[in-house]
Amino acid sequence: MRKVEYIIRRIFMSLFVLVGLSIMTFTISRVIPSDPVGLYVGPKPNPGDVERVREKLGLNHPLTIQYAYYVRDLLHGDLGLSIASKLPVLEVVGALWPATLELLFTSIILSTLIGIPLGVLSARLQGSPIDVVVRTFSIAGVSIPAFLSGLVLQIIFFRNLHLLPLTGRFTTDLRFTHPIEALTGFYLIDTALTGNWIAFKDVVWHIILPAITLSMYPIGLIARMTRATMLEVLSQEYIRTARAYGTREAFIFYGYALKNAIGPTLTVIGLTLAWSLTGAFFVEMIFNWPGLGTFTVNSLLNVDYPAVMGITLLGATGYVVVNLIVDLIQALIDPRISLA
Amino acid sequence: MEATKKLFRRGQKSEVGEFSRQRQITHTIYVILRDPLALFSVLIITTFVVVAIFGPWLAPYPEQGYGKTDLSTRMQPLSPEHPFGTDRLGRDIFSRIIIAARPALWVSLLVVFLAVLIGAPLGAIAGYVGGRLDNFIMRLTDLFLAFPFLLLAMMIVTALGPGLKNAALAMAIAWWPWYTRLVRSIAASLRQRYYVEAARAVGIPAIVIITRHILPNCISPILVQATVDLGTVILALSSLSFLGLGVQPPAPDWGLMVNEGRAYIVTEWWYSTFPGLAIFVTVLAFNLIGDVLRDILDPRQYR
Repeated sequence: MRKVEYIIRRIFMSLFVLVGLSIMTFTISRVIPSDPVGLYVGPKPNPGDVERVREKLGLNHPLTIQYAYYVRDLLHGDLGLSIASKLPVLEVVGALWPATLELLFTSIILSTLIGIPLGVLSARLQGSPIDVVVRTFSIAGVSIPAFLSGLVLQIIFFRNLHLLPLTGRFTTDLRFTHPIEALTGFYLIDTALTGNWIAFKDVVWHIILPAITLSMYPIGLIARMTRATMLEVLSQEYIRTARAYGTREAFIFYGYALKNAIGPTLTVIGLTLAWSLTGAFFVEMIFNWPGLGTFTVNSLLNVDYPAVMGITLLGATGYVVVNLIVDLIQALIDPRISLA
Repeated sequence: MEATKKLFRRGQKSEVGEFSRQRQITHTIYVILRDPLALFSVLIITTFVVVAIFGPWLAPYPEQGYGKTDLSTRMQPLSPEHPFGTDRLGRDIFSRIIIAARPALWVSLLVVFLAVLIGAPLGAIAGYVGGRLDNFIMRLTDLFLAFPFLLLAMMIVTALGPGLKNAALAMAIAWWPWYTRLVRSIAASLRQRYYVEAARAVGIPAIVIITRHILPNCISPILVQATVDLGTVILALSSLSFLGLGVQPPAPDWGLMVNEGRAYIVTEWWYSTFPGLAIFVTVLAFNLIGDVLRDILDPRQYR
């Protein structure tokens, strides 16, 4: 029962945060700027645009009514029209987000698969040269800016070694000879599902560098956090007991210690999602990845106000939802949390 | 009587069982001098600060550092006159890196200072007073923390317009919640200590308790976090400048320079690499020192 209570409380908190988010974006987008209409129509408005936007924003009404309009629009999925393309922001985002999501997923899977074992290894061999190396690489991973590591990887693997492609998701020639069926929008899944193995290899080749670049920070963070919590857990009494019983070391590590240490690590994974979301912007810029990041950066450069606001709101909402899911997973697997 | 006098005396700052401030500082210096990584970090940070303060006198071409162009020397590779090469407008990259250190340093100091100034007292009040005020402040904090940092900064800068000052303001607004959360958990646990209870029983007003007992005990974790944050703010500022939201050309900034060099990496590799390395090494140094400080001060006693 406590668990259900906790879950409901947690969901309510997220709803509250979402409402707060909408208030914040509303304030920043309507209240702070001196000329909201100008920001929404852009530098060269069409004749009817100024009136239409002014009416839509409801600038003659008090702020609370304006906010009500704002929320009504949001709930209808109306985030405004992007100045650059005159398309609804939601539509543009909808077309672009699979690319970014594929990159994020690949990066998260990579980070967890590499980061957690590294952390465990580092904890197990504490004090050894391997531990020092892992710790140094973890801190380095956290310190290097994403745009720099992307550029450096491009220089090494494209310019010097000629191993991996420079930019993009897919080689242009292959678009005609082995086109990808758009089933999910995730190229990796689409090519695998349709048996299009030549295209699959090409897609994998293109995603390696961006995924590695995006994963450096999470790997560093996850490895450090796993190591720290593992060390804490390993000093507990029940580990000594298990050893006294003669249980195999490997089982102690992965069966007992890791399960107890995984909690804070999951929280860290949730945190790295925030970083990865914005880190993906830089990675997409560097690798010309046709996703939300490139769109965001272009919108920033063009001062495409509705687009920037829409993306910010959507990104923050996505982050809140993912955090909620992470917390709920944690509550499900770790009974201590719901009882706290 | 004696007990009351002791509570008001300025020296009462350490937790029972903790070393005095003097001893901690000596111990820190001892540890740093023996750990090669820590020593390296201190060296880097000192270099950074010295370069930031004395930049214009150290740079070989200070006017180019600020933006004066020299189109006759465009895109030159590394050479004795230009140790890091020149950029697309002929400016010496080495000088620009040096000059860019100053805004980086003062922005990071300002942002962290503001974040601590706003966040720590809020957290102390929230943790000590508890109840609805605590709830309200923590909800507010959660709200700000729900935004990925860069998104929040992007939004604010887009609304206010690009530029160094606006970027610094945006970062300060986005940063304070971290300290509030940090201090609040410490304050909440300290509230139950005997000497705090005793102070309350004697009738000492809350504001005095917070300033004399709670906040001084938060100094260690705040210090560790602030050290790492100095580096993180530099990283954030360079990221914003990379996107065109922070420092505006012709003013130099490491992130800005990396962006300028992005189009040329395949042929003129030095353009982006050296400013990027400057960012990396500086942030790395702050992170390493923060780690060393954390190992020494070990705030785990407050968990």
